[in-house]
Amino acid sequence: MVQDSYLPLLAFLVSLCAVPAIVWLRRAPNRREAATFVAAFLKFGFVLAMLPAVLGGEVLRFCFFEILPGLPLEFRVDGLGLAFALVASGLWIVTSLYSVGYMRGAGEGNQTRFFVCFAISLSATMGVAFAGNLFTLYVFYEMLSLSTYPLVTHHGDREARTGGRTYLGYLLGTSIAFVLPAMIYCYVKTGSPMTFASSGFLAGEVGPAGGMVLLLMLTFGFAKSGLMPFHSWLPGAMVAPTPVSALLHAVAVVKVGVFCVIRVFTGVFGTGFLGELDVAYVVSWAAAFTVVTSSLIAMSQDNLKRRLAFSTIGQLSYIVLGVSLLSPYAVQGSMMHIAMHAFGKITLFFCAGAIYVAAGKKYVSQLDGLGRTMPWTMGAFAIGAMSVTGLPLTGGLLSKIYLIWGAADAGQLALLAVFVVSSVLNGVYFFPIVYRAFFCAPEGGAAPGGIKEAPLACVVPLTFTAVVTVLLFFFPGLLFELSSLMIAAE
Amino acid sequence: MIEFFGFLAHQAPLVTVLAPAFGALLVTLFGRGKAEAGLPLALISLSLSSVGAVVTLFHVLASGGELRYRLGGWAPPFGIEYRIDALAALTAAAVVLVGLVNAVFSKTRVAAEAGEKAPFFYTLYLFLLAGLCGIVFTNDAFNLYVLIEITSLTSYALIAMGNRRAALSSFNYVIMGTVGASLYLLGVGYLYIKTGTLNIDGMRAAMAEAGIWGDASITVAFILILVGLWTKMAFFPLHGWMPNAYSYAPTAVGTLMAPLMTKVMVYVMLRVMLFAFGADFSYGGAGCGDIVVALSTVAIVAGSLLALARSDIKKMLTYLIVAEVGYMVGGAWVGNEAGLTGAAYHILSDAAMTFCLFMAVSIIVLRTGDHRLTAFTGLFRKMPLTMIGFTVGALSMIGLPPTCGFFSKWYLVGGGIEAGRWDYVVALLFSSLVNAVIFFRIFERAYFGEMDEPAPAGDDADSRPSQPLERVPWSMLVPLFLAAAAVLLVGLFNNTLAGWLRAALAI
Repeated sequence: MVQDSYLPLLAFLVSLCAVPAIVWLRRAPNRREAATFVAAFLKFGFVLAMLPAVLGGEVLRFCFFEILPGLPLEFRVDGLGLAFALVASGLWIVTSLYSVGYMRGAGEGNQTRFFVCFAISLSATMGVAFAGNLFTLYVFYEMLSLSTYPLVTHHGDREARTGGRTYLGYLLGTSIAFVLPAMIYCYVKTGSPMTFASSGFLAGEVGPAGGMVLLLMLTFGFAKSGLMPFHSWLPGAMVAPTPVSALLHAVAVVKVGVFCVIRVFTGVFGTGFLGELDVAYVVSWAAAFTVVTSSLIAMSQDNLKRRLAFSTIGQLSYIVLGVSLLSPYAVQGSMMHIAMHAFGKITLFFCAGAIYVAAGKKYVSQLDGLGRTMPWTMGAFAIGAMSVTGLPLTGGLLSKIYLIWGAADAGQLALLAVFVVSSVLNGVYFFPIVYRAFFCAPEGGAAPGGIKEAPLACVVPLTFTAVVTVLLFFFPGLLFELSSLMIAAE
Repeated sequence: MIEFFGFLAHQAPLVTVLAPAFGALLVTLFGRGKAEAGLPLALISLSLSSVGAVVTLFHVLASGGELRYRLGGWAPPFGIEYRIDALAALTAAAVVLVGLVNAVFSKTRVAAEAGEKAPFFYTLYLFLLAGLCGIVFTNDAFNLYVLIEITSLTSYALIAMGNRRAALSSFNYVIMGTVGASLYLLGVGYLYIKTGTLNIDGMRAAMAEAGIWGDASITVAFILILVGLWTKMAFFPLHGWMPNAYSYAPTAVGTLMAPLMTKVMVYVMLRVMLFAFGADFSYGGAGCGDIVVALSTVAIVAGSLLALARSDIKKMLTYLIVAEVGYMVGGAWVGNEAGLTGAAYHILSDAAMTFCLFMAVSIIVLRTGDHRLTAFTGLFRKMPLTMIGFTVGALSMIGLPPTCGFFSKWYLVGGGIEAGRWDYVVALLFSSLVNAVIFFRIFERAYFGEMDEPAPAGDDADSRPSQPLERVPWSMLVPLFLAAAAVLLVGLFNNTLAGWLRAALAI
């Protein structure tokens, strides 16, 4: 079932190869952006090309070389990895278009650096998605932390630097302090190449106490998943330009975090073995705490992007909570939620950026009546909010149903209640925004004449992602198939 | 013809050591009054020596084990013998290659800093390298002492050629270095009395034959030798001489000694532990393994914290070396294969990254005229090429893949975990984190400029005209990039290197 292929390598390399082109064309912005688009479409094409084989039950493998004794640096593309790669590479195309509109509309500087770092971080994201073992995963995880730092600190002012420090401090600190020793421990104790396997390569190798420590170190060490108390890098990272917040801090970076956690549960330990150890409940409760707390914090945030950031923290913990329930339905729900939340949340961030570009507004309290001047943007916002809350006719409902189903299946009624209560909270912090935009009178009373939307390059992407969010409700088939591949393998 | 090449290959170890030594003599002979004669002679002799070292390395690898060379054909125990395994060959290659590359790097600096004394400078420089190579190859404990003294005397003089404060730092080093060397000699004296030989392998054989492992005198000799070597390698708290000596020395001396001296002494420690006394005694009979690992833990933590507190760039780097020495001593003493491999591998990887960082910092101090951290302000923009080299070295110090520093840490942490020495493991990770703080603090400054200085309006890298290439001569940039490439290559090929080292250290 394992088949050697160069496709994972190509999909990984294509955006790295775009970097010299982007630098070379730095004086001709239109051609420079063309390089980004070519790379983005090629990347998506390579990822799509892997789809038939993976749906056919194959695992596509590419091995660089044996980097440590008995430990290869290799890619193995399975259903989960491919689903994530599809979402990330597909959204890169949309985000690139949006970036062009946003960066030019908002008059941002250093755009070459911006597009270069973006391309590198997409390569790192593919590396994580395709990583065949824990070591490879770690290497690309660190590459992602470093390549996104210049994006977070793009503005270079005091706020950006503070945000950047928090960002690197948390992400680098936790990975060095927790993941690295845990990984070396696994390597020393098992002597295995740490390849992700459905039964888990740690299965039978550690006792309950050791398993608990390793699980906590690996789960909290991958701090990109935003589990409390290692979450404050994410609101801090909101100082970045909005396309960065949209693709990286709603999709690529944070999803890499939960993706790593899912790998830890399903590939490192194996859900069956974790069930025997009976240690996952600690992670469940940490995630449940994060879900509720972050939703409560989100309600009090007036800065729109910060409110979205806290919402993201909560939604990420849904995924962690789902996988920690160990029930097949919940695990499948978690995997699907990666994609569902990605489309919903990127729409919301696109909207936040469009509002900033068109109206210069950053705060929820300023949004009164904005629906009249920016109907497309605020309409898309409403759809994104519905999906993240988990309302019908949007994709977010499906994954949430699976998560709740899984909680019931696992017999965890308290955790089921967490899902339900937090969904209500999601509605509470999102819908006032929609209400303000469409039903409140704008400040100063008089309605400004006519529609004043952001540039087309901003509005088209956000409309597109909003449409996809709805379509995912009607056509979730592919996601079902890819995620059930992982469940079937167990 | 083939026989001739075979003969040459056989003589390669001697060429490695003697080429710089004869080069030194020639420089003195012809260099009088001609300041510019030193460099070409130094480059020629070091190139010869590098060829010798590389041939030796291939020869050792091809022979699959170790090479023995008798100086003048005299058999031990009377003659001096070279014993060269993969670790020795790799270390010697690192020594001469660093020496060669550094000679190119420091071309302009020696002319500027030593002036008419340049020929003397190159004489000392070449003798120092000849001494280091000899230390690595020799299998004779007393010859080792002589060579240690050669390297020490030359380095005292070299350091003293630096700025006004160098003389005092050098004097400080003389005192500490002499104490260290004397302790080593005292220990060798004990061993000679007990075993009747100075050959390192012979000592182990004689002690095994006489069954005197439990003897107090052996333990005393062991401790004397170790403390002597620790002084020379700046193992905390015996590091006092190093920061000033390396930072006030002439540029070329700092960049040469920082990567090499401490590492060669770690090599000697491994040699003494494993070959003069044997692993059984070092890890068992001597009964000090646990304490030494604890000491190395202290060294790592102290070195990192002291580095964090420094605002002088070079001093900060020297304190990082103090921490790195702790890494290696700890790895050597946790007493398993992974730790030992890590310590030996770190000799190479630390040499590469220290060399890289010291060169980058030397360039920066030179160009900005500022030796404090403030020198880095806005440097990514002003000196992008130099900063690339610096960044590679810094990422390796932090221990991020795929640099060699990451893999050192991998083996060392693995060794610590296997031995259950959690204090050592935590210290290694702590040092990584502190290094991350140290270097990202610098990156931030270099990337954004002054904290309170707002970015100039309309400042956009895309629209700015290309800058002239930071006015650093290629003779400095190319060596820096070579070192940066070495940091990456030693990392990527760690598996191969570690395989050779493991074979060399397995007893």
